[in-house]
Order: sequence, then structure tokens, then C-alpha cells
Amino acid sequence: MTTTTDTAAAPLVALTDVSKSYGNVRALRDVSLEVHAGEITCVLGDNGAGKSTLIKIISGLHPHDSGSYAVAGEQVRHASPRDALDRGIATVYQDLAVVPLMPVWRNFFLGSEPTKGRGPLRRLDVATMRGTTRAALLRMGIDLRDVDQPIGTLSGGERQCVAIARAVHFGARVLVLDEPTAALGVKQSGMVLKYVAAARDAGLGVVLITHNPHHAFLVGDRFVLLKRGTMSGSHFKEDITLDELTREMAGGSELDELTHELSRAPAAGAPAAGDTPAADLPAQDPPAATDPETRA
Amino acid sequence: MSDLAAVADERLAPRSTARRLLGRPELGAVVGAVAVFVFFAFAADPFLQWSSFGTVLYASSTIGIMAVPVALLMIGGEFDLSAGVMVTSSALVSSMFSFQMTANVWVGVGVSLLVTLALGAFNGIMLVRTKLPSFIITLGTFLMLTGLNLGLTKLISGTVATKSIGDMEGFPAAHDLFASHWTVGSVDLQVTIAWWLGLVAVATWVLLRTRAGNWIFAAGGNAGAARAVGVPVARTKVGLYMAVAFCAWISGQHLLFSFDVVQSGEGVGNEFLYIIAAVIGGCLMTGGYGSAVGSAVGAFIFGMTSKGIVYAQWNPDWFKFFLGAMLLLATLLNAWVRKRAEATA
Ligand SMILES: Nc1ncnc2c1ncn2[C@@H]1O[C@H](COP(=O)(O)OP(=O)(O)O)[C@@H](O)[C@H]1O
Ligand SMILES: [Mg+2]
Repeated sequence: MTTTTDTAAAPLVALTDVSKSYGNVRALRDVSLEVHAGEITCVLGDNGAGKSTLIKIISGLHPHDSGSYAVAGEQVRHASPRDALDRGIATVYQDLAVVPLMPVWRNFFLGSEPTKGRGPLRRLDVATMRGTTRAALLRMGIDLRDVDQPIGTLSGGERQCVAIARAVHFGARVLVLDEPTAALGVKQSGMVLKYVAAARDAGLGVVLITHNPHHAFLVGDRFVLLKRGTMSGSHFKEDITLDELTREMAGGSELDELTHELSRAPAAGAPAAGDTPAADLPAQDPPAATDPETRA
Repeated sequence: MSDLAAVADERLAPRSTARRLLGRPELGAVVGAVAVFVFFAFAADPFLQWSSFGTVLYASSTIGIMAVPVALLMIGGEFDLSAGVMVTSSALVSSMFSFQMTANVWVGVGVSLLVTLALGAFNGIMLVRTKLPSFIITLGTFLMLTGLNLGLTKLISGTVATKSIGDMEGFPAAHDLFASHWTVGSVDLQVTIAWWLGLVAVATWVLLRTRAGNWIFAAGGNAGAARAVGVPVARTKVGLYMAVAFCAWISGQHLLFSFDVVQSGEGVGNEFLYIIAAVIGGCLMTGGYGSAVGSAVGAFIFGMTSKGIVYAQWNPDWFKFFLGAMLLLATLLNAWVRKRAEATA
């Protein structure tokens, strides 16, 4: 693995004890993480754990309520995504990645369009936009015949890759990805993870949000675990195995219980079926109260 | 790397010219325009005369001038229900300010421009500040302007129409700019046709070849994604409302200088004609898709239908029926286009 920094320079992004509430919903409480150049920091957690909230703070979509946020050692408070972009933090959102009806090349340059000419004749440099889009995608291994097709016609994986290629092209120093593999099949997930690794090898610091520990473990250097808005763990790759990560993410002992329950369910259910009609139900119900042993 | 490229390739068959054409927003409108033209060419003898052509173009241009910015606004994801009465407001301000305050119509024309742009800015700023649907905001502006047009005109002029400004200083020149016409052969061409085509050209340039155009498509196509990559979505929308206001000013001045008096109750209902022209021209009601050229074709269909029915000597009641049927057909076609364009693998 690339172990470039740690001691030398300040981390690209450092959050310390950051909290955020939506009205009376405490979405995030005292969460800390670091992102270093050439490394991937994975944020893991279940649905509703606060992963998206965390990256919305990093990317400037929401300000944090308390705690500190430093970019390359400098304390910041982003007022808009533009601020974060100007500091080199590019984000690929789960739900806000692209404008589906616009051609690929227009999406690629959206918000940072190159122009030529002056005054009223100032216009988009369309040839450059098309050519650069094609070249930048090709460099990441995506060969589109037609950069004029609406980006909505690409597959989910391809769309994520375009968004990643875009961030790399615009010289982002930090790339934030919100569940880039969430809606994808195995092959497409592999493709996306490959480009995430390519971005890391290009020297970017990457924040990868996911609820899939297998994906995280494949590429991650650091792992931050979130659980109901709080940080339930923070590890280096060297210090943890995939099994431990999976266990911890699912909540350790809770997972044990579940494994136990699931492996026993068919065996326990079979003899019970004959007893009473109602005895069918417990086997399918959640653990605790209906556990056969507590009844016995 | 190479195998990934191969996978991408085999899935993305090259698009044929026909499919490319099918992806154009104006396609449905062009097909519709040809059908309407052929229909009236057979149904109404005078329709094919050159003089009729000038009349049809004039009718098209009066709607088309407003359909252009309304189409841009719709691509940007918003509506403006106040566009119809704003034209009248603009004409009234120009006329009454000239009449009451000065002896020169150009002062009124200038004041009218500022007032109308302020109305557009009001619509836009209310929209981005309150985040209410544009339907509600501009419905409110529509009602307020309708009331103001009538109320203030009666208060100032004593009647529902303005006083004639035909003998005031500057009238002939302003008339030349906003309401003159030339005769080419046997065709009578109104200056509004030039305004209209000029606006279509400028709007097409802006949409397809400027940053602002990219932002308009993005603001309507996915405002959240646009904002996230740094597009000034709010500023874009306010700008679009001001573009509608600017064109309302042009239309209003035409209204004033072609008749030299203005009826204060005019304009109500026209906002729908602009929207219909834009939608027939391929704009999606949901935003993010459409073209200025399409809106021009939509306005041309409007012009052909409204005059064709007169030339065919039918009851004009049929006009609304035609317009409604065409709107439905166009919307169905648009829905189909969108499904194709947004289909994901
Ligand atoms: N805009 C919002 N307003 C109110 N509550 C929100 C908002 N966004 C997220 N939440 C709440 O905050 C918590 C964390 O959400 P989120 O960060 O989206 O989780 P994740 O991405 O890990 O699934 C959830 O309970 C969610 O309901
Ligand atoms: Mg999420």
C-alpha cells in the first residue's frame, strides 16, 4: 500500500469531533476522520448512520454545527459547494451526480465550461470540450463512441466513472464518493472500484462511503465506522481483517446473534411445525421474545 | 482496461442519422408543422397565396416573440403565468408614463423597460427565495398585474383604454422600430417577424454555445446536481425571468405602437399560448430539454392554424380544438422522447 504521509504533511482533510443536527434529529455526533493524499478513507455504516450527512459537510452542502474542519491544516467553514470545489474537494453524490438529459460532454464540464472569444462572442469551446471529455474518459478506460449521447443512457457504473474522471480532470485533491457502488452489480462495482483506485494512484485523497465492507476492504487504507450518528470505530487497514470489519460494522454481538439465529432457524422450525398452528410463526419472527429457548 | 473498453463498445452501437434526428427536440413540431401546412393547403384555397404567408408569419411572430423566452424558462424548469398580462403592463406603463409625465414617447419606452425588467426580477427572486413552485408565484403575479392593469388605467385615464400617444414626439421612430412593415413583392412583412427570428437566433446561440445555456439545461434537468458542481442556479433562474420580461417589453411596445392606444384588459390567456408553443416545440414540462427553434416552429403552427381556419371560412371555435389536440400529441411525443433519453442500462 501507499504509505506516503501520516507524519510529514497535514492531512488533506481533517474533521475533529464534528456534529450536525437537522432540527431535533442529531444526524452526526463527534465524528473525526482524516484524509491523506494517495489514500482511501472509507466511511462505513448502515442506512441512516449519517454517512451522507458527513460527506455533505465535507463537500460544503451543509455547514457543521460544532467541531473543527481543516483542509490542509487550515480551518475552514464552507458556505457552498463552490467553496469546497475551490479548495480542491470534489464530490460525486449518490443522488446528485449528473443531469441525465444532457450530453456526456456537457455534463463533464458543467460548472467549469471552457470558453473562447471575447465580449458578446464569448462562447463554449465545444471542440475542446468534446475532445477532452473523450480523452479523459479513455484515460480511465471508458471508450464512448458518442460523447453526445445523454448521460442518462449510460449504465450506473459508467455514470459514476464519468463523474470520477471529471473530478480527476479538474484537478481535485480530494475526491468524495457517496455509495458509488450501491446500485450496481458485481462487475460494475468492480469497474467503479478500479477507477477509485486509479484516482488514488493519481495522488488524490479519497473518501469512499459505502455500506459494503467487502468493497471497502478491497481498496481502503483507513476505515471509519458510523453507527446512528456516532463513530463506533476507526482503524488502519493493517490493524483489522475483513471479518472483524464486517463484524464491527454489523454491530459485533448483534451479528453473532443473527448468525446464530439464522443457522439454527430451519432445524428448530421443523419439529415445532407439528405442535400447534401458531408455532409456525416464531421461526420467522425476530429473535428475542419468540426464542424457543425462552419459552421452554 | 482493454476488456472494459470492449464491453462499453459492444453495448454502445453507433447511432444512425435517423436516431440522431429522432433525438432532436424540434422533430415532433416539424412533423406537425408540415402536416398542418399540407392540411390547410388543401382545405383553404387562399392559404397558399403569398399574401397569406405574410399574415401567417405575423400571427406566428406575435406569439413567437414570447414563446422564445418562455421556452428557455421551461428548459430551466420553471413557468411564467404572468407573461401574457406582463405584455399589457409593459405597454400601459410606456403609454401612460409618456402621456402623463413627458412629451416624448422614448422616455416612456425606457421607463417601461425598467419597470418590466423589475417585474421579471420580482418573479425570479420570489421564486429562488421562497422556493415555492413557480406556478404559484407567477399565478400571484398574474392576478396582481391583471388587477393593476385595469385599476391603474381607470384611475389615471378614466377609461379602460389609454389615451392616444400618436401625435407625441418620437412616435414615428418608435413606430418604425416596433410596428413598421415592409412590402416585399406581394408579401407584407411586419417588423415583429424580424424581432422574432432575431430572438430565436440569439436564444439558440445562448442555449447551445454559452455557459449560460449549459446552466439553463442543468438548472431544469437536475438543479441539485447543477448546484453541487458550482452552477449558479438561482442567478440563472432570475435571469430567465428577466429574459421573459425583456421580451414582454418588446411585445408590449409593439402592441402600443401599432395601435397607439392600449386596452388594459388585454393579454389574459396569452401565457398559455406561449407555453403551448414551447411544449409543441419540444420543451419538456419538467424542464431540462427543449429548444428555441422548436418554440418558433410551435408558434408557426399556431399562426398557420389560427389563420388557416379563417381562410377555410370555418367557425373559429375550431381553433381551440386544434390547439388542444396538437398540445396532447406533442406532449405524448415528448414523454416518449424523455423515456428513451433517460432509459438506463
Ligand atoms: N435534510 C434532512 N432533514 C432531516 N433529517 C435528515 C436530513 N437528511 C438526513 N436526515 C436524517 O439524518 C440521519 C442520517 O442520514 P444520512 O446521513 O442520509 O444517512 P446515510 O447516508 O448513512 O444512510 C437519518 O436519520 C436521516 O433521516
Ligand atoms: Mg446515504
